[in-house]
Amino acid sequence: MSDTATAPNTASAGRLYYRHTLPVRVMHWTNVLSLTLLLMSGLQIFNAHPRLYWGKSSYTGNPPVLEIGSRQGSGGQPVGFTRIFGHEFDTTGVLGLSSGSNGSLQRVAFPSAVTVPGPYWLSMARNWHFFFAWVFVLNGLAYLFYGLWSGHLRRDLWPTRPDLAGIGRSILDHIRFRHPQGEAARRYNVLQKLAYLAVIFVLLPLIILAGWAMSPWLDGVWPGWVDLLGGRQSARTVHFVIACLLTAFVAVHVFEVIVSGLWNHLRSMITGYYRVNEGGHDGSAR
Amino acid sequence: MDRRAEVPGGKDGSPPARLLVSSPRRSLLRGGLAGLGAALLAGCDRLSNSAWFPEQVLSLGERLSSAVHQTLAAKAMAQEFTEADLSPVFRSNGTANPESSEYQKLVAGEFSDWALQVSGLVEQPMSFNLAALRALPARTQITRHDCVEGWSAIGKWTGVPLAQIIEQVKPTANARFVVFHCADPMESDGTHPYYESIDLAEASHPQTLLAYELNGKPLPVANGAPLRLRVERQLGYKQAKYLMRIELVESFASIGGGRGGYWEDEGYQWYAGI
Repeated sequence: MSDTATAPNTASAGRLYYRHTLPVRVMHWTNVLSLTLLLMSGLQIFNAHPRLYWGKSSYTGNPPVLEIGSRQGSGGQPVGFTRIFGHEFDTTGVLGLSSGSNGSLQRVAFPSAVTVPGPYWLSMARNWHFFFAWVFVLNGLAYLFYGLWSGHLRRDLWPTRPDLAGIGRSILDHIRFRHPQGEAARRYNVLQKLAYLAVIFVLLPLIILAGWAMSPWLDGVWPGWVDLLGGRQSARTVHFVIACLLTAFVAVHVFEVIVSGLWNHLRSMITGYYRVNEGGHDGSAR
Repeated sequence: MDRRAEVPGGKDGSPPARLLVSSPRRSLLRGGLAGLGAALLAGCDRLSNSAWFPEQVLSLGERLSSAVHQTLAAKAMAQEFTEADLSPVFRSNGTANPESSEYQKLVAGEFSDWALQVSGLVEQPMSFNLAALRALPARTQITRHDCVEGWSAIGKWTGVPLAQIIEQVKPTANARFVVFHCADPMESDGTHPYYESIDLAEASHPQTLLAYELNGKPLPVANGAPLRLRVERQLGYKQAKYLMRIELVESFASIGGGRGGYWEDEGYQWYAGI
């Protein structure tokens, strides 16, 4: 989202402008790939011990804060359950008990349809996770350097005073699915900016930190630092909760992309060019 | 820790998304996404099962992590805890009671016939019984045990720093790794005894112990009696139990499956600091 250089107009109304630079596009899709594989291999790793705790260890005398499992139901049939802070939910078919690729019921926390690898295979899931953790971290560092150097972060993401003053209106607009038109559509709106900044500067650093806190070797780098996150098992819980928040962010992100012009957004993240309608229709290219 | 599932699947090519020209754009999109997802999953499973991808691509992650960890914190100490942090019961995982008759005889004799053999690339092969180990200067530490599955337990270990043993047997110049041979067979037919390995630097770390006590009492059978390894900056599968023999080697390629440990032979990372 940078240069205002306009591309040659195409046949339809509106005009294309250069919204996403090549580095941003490459880093965006690298992120899509690595976050997807990190999430799916992470769920496979979680399946090896589908319980989350708060504290320095798992065996503190307190029950897990979250547990996904299966047990015999009252009628003798197997039941999948999810227990959060002692409240149990029947999640048969999805969590705890679900059908595998061959259709048979599996007692597994997250179903094999959303894990990498599909079948239970902890060591291979760790291989995937740690490889793409590196891809993700290096990509993130590259983004930070690029964002600072090119001014992308300051120019496109940092909210201005008028942005912040208009936050109430922006919330209303989002609720009504009204998206900025014309010139206004060339900039990120304030909620978008704040969401991106929260992800880039809060959630992502925190999930990386919580990941490091699970490494027994890195725990020794600065004695006691893991306790700042509540201990290793708390860090594991934080890691999981942030993964859920990031998944929610992606869901909202994809939803907003779809409702505000899927093909226009997709094109701009692939070729760089985004169509802005001068008239007042939304920017979707139809 | 379960054996990894036998991996049959992944070969079933995902059904091609049927994209009918006449169908509305929305269902086309949905079908396309579902097809893409299934293709991604099938592709990942195929890569996992290939000979080259885990070995040549994914393992880069482990190698990078290991290199960075060694640079950042080669000599760092693992966090130590207080009595208040101790887990009420220290979980036993993996083998809880080795079935071999040799081991059961040792248990019956309260390990009076047991002695740790130390051999291989050393100038002075030695053997140590429990009394000899207890006579050496000991170290006690309260540390966290992190299983590769994800759980942690905190216990108090007392034992001999491995560095003392290594010093006494005088490694030859070409010795690089310390291999731990254990009493517990990992196959039901009594074969494939558990084993592990660490490098000499890790063996000389002050918190690397041959532990004979857990929480102030002789090591229970469930936790590795009479002697187990503690390598505090690595995962649980490195903490070999039921130690029988220590061997110094230049390479572990010819031992077991050649990857330096029972779980390593099953595909787990040799460097277990993460």
